Amino acid sequence: MESPPIIEVSSLFHSYGETEAVRGVSFSVREGEIFSLLGPNGAGKSTVINVLITLLPLQKGTVTIAGYDLARDPAHVRRSIGIVFQEVTLDRDMTCREILEFHGRLYQMPGAERKARIEELLALVELEGKADTLTRHLSGGMKRRLEIARGLMTRPRILFLDEPTIGLDPQTRRRMWDYIRAVNGEGTTIFLTTHYMDEADSLSDRISIMDHGTIVTTGTGWELKNRLGEDVIYLETSDNTRARDVLLGVPDVGDLGEKSHGLLATVRKDGTFLLPVLIERLNSEGIRVNAVNLKKPSLDDVFVHYTGRELRDEGRGQETQHAGTAGGRSK
Amino acid sequence: MRQWTGFLTIYWRDMLRFFRFKTLLFSSLVQPALWLAFFGIAMSANFARLSSGMAPLPGIREVRYLTFMAAGVIALTTLFTSLFAGIVILFDKNWGLMREVMASPLPREHVIVGIGLSGMTKSFIQVSIITVFGILIGVEFFSGYTAVRILASLLGMFLFVGIFSLGFVFLSSAIAASLESPEGLQGIMTLLSLPLFFVSNALYPAAAFPPALNALSAANPLTHLINGVRYFTIGPDFQVIGVHYAVTVQDMVLSLGVLVAFAAAMFGIALWRFGKAVVT
Ligand SMILES: Nc1ncnc2c1ncn2[C@@H]1O[C@H](COP(=O)(O)OP(=O)(O)O)[C@@H](O)[C@H]1O
Ligand SMILES: [Mg+2]
Repeated sequence: MESPPIIEVSSLFHSYGETEAVRGVSFSVREGEIFSLLGPNGAGKSTVINVLITLLPLQKGTVTIAGYDLARDPAHVRRSIGIVFQEVTLDRDMTCREILEFHGRLYQMPGAERKARIEELLALVELEGKADTLTRHLSGGMKRRLEIARGLMTRPRILFLDEPTIGLDPQTRRRMWDYIRAVNGEGTTIFLTTHYMDEADSLSDRISIMDHGTIVTTGTGWELKNRLGEDVIYLETSDNTRARDVLLGVPDVGDLGEKSHGLLATVRKDGTFLLPVLIERLNSEGIRVNAVNLKKPSLDDVFVHYTGRELRDEGRGQETQHAGTAGGRSK
Repeated sequence: MRQWTGFLTIYWRDMLRFFRFKTLLFSSLVQPALWLAFFGIAMSANFARLSSGMAPLPGIREVRYLTFMAAGVIALTTLFTSLFAGIVILFDKNWGLMREVMASPLPREHVIVGIGLSGMTKSFIQVSIITVFGILIGVEFFSGYTAVRILASLLGMFLFVGIFSLGFVFLSSAIAASLESPEGLQGIMTLLSLPLFFVSNALYPAAAFPPALNALSAANPLTHLINGVRYFTIGPDFQVIGVHYAVTVQDMVLSLGVLVAFAAAMFGIALWRFGKAVVT
């Protein structure tokens, strides 16, 4: 049985002056699931999320969140959601407890409930020991956890997270995933954006891949990978351009993508047996095969297939950029 | 659901920060008092020498320059504190909690009111300290007043200080909401406060101004605050270094009216600028 949608977005457009950041996006999120918007830097993920959480005006399109129409009833939408913003949104001069206290007051939670909820959440994100520490003294991971706790203060039905693990080390990222899973386990629907393949793959029930302001495909990780065909064969040859023409002539070769140094062939047959055939064919054309790799499709392959580009490299580029702006506060 | 008390959240948080750092708090409270002490006493000695040859106007109460200047220091401190009170909005936009506030159900006018009230509270605390300290070093405030009259005068002074403060906190909030980054903020604040300061009677009598400056001075909220503070702390009729000051109750009503109109206009502008602000 499928749950009813808790978020429904149809034909969403958003532009900043001349820049069309979001160009007709439609998707729906089911109650109780973890949904990821996966895409490279600049794809328009933050713009989508900022429209949904009411930080940006709804320019064009219809959005329903938790049963409320975003255009007509933003106040109710605001009360139904929790948010973890892409940039750190804390006051350096306030303690963890005060940050949560401020949020509870902002949403008019009664005092007793506020106090109980703060203790509960500090325990959930394992920050009890830091309750009275100024946020300026927290590590990046702790800040993120505090922000997750804050997003959950009012027991929202949906938690929005914009790039929740950006700039965190691999170990801290894994722990963050555990917290997100735990929150989801309690029944909170999770909507997150990410440019990390592994994050989308390991966390989400369903993924929409976004590129240049549009959603190129949606499905479970498994569906997306299977949609590509059976196996993926990677080949580096002495002449990739000619090899491409040769491979396209083989009936069992489906799509052919180009990587930086080689070719990525999606094949419709078991690759274990097809690979020797392909190598033989290339050799007979006088093309030498320098390196091969055979694997079941990954989300990376799905991404390359739908966008014609690799996400990994852009992800890395962004990583160094973030390391440069230490503290991670600036854009 | 309407939130009548939502502004208290903003107020609570801003006061929390104000009292958090004791050294900063201490210097912000002691600075105006020190200014009054050193500058006031030095200038008093100067003016006393300059005017020693002049005969005082007969039949009019004479006050020391220090007393005259103390009211000006109260007004200037209120001006600077209020002008800087709205800046928290700019810092919140860039590095703080503004995103959270903007995405919350709190109506935006509550943010402005909350910041306005906390700026006003800071001004009240500073004005209280200057007043007490001033009296200790010889400022002749409330001289000869009964307890009831002192109380009434304090209420009057705080009414003027409060409304003036709100007006300038709203103005600085409007500026902070309009700016993208703190660069240039210092310049804008200086550009705003210096003319207000010079075209007022804060530290020297405005009687000698040419007519054009006099007109400007009459339109300057700072002049009206200073007149109000002098009216309540010194009295309606006095002379200082040979200049006669006399104001009527009507003058005070007019001054209050100007301050209220100014604060209302600034609230409107702040609301408008805030409505336009997008924080992502
Ligand atoms: N405030 C803004 N003004 C102008 N252009 C913007 C603004 N914010 C984002 N953009 C542009 O919109 C596009 C999408 O940005 P964004 O939604 O932040 O993407 P993502 O979150 O996927 O990295 C980018 O080309 C970006 O440069
Ligand atoms: Mg983004």
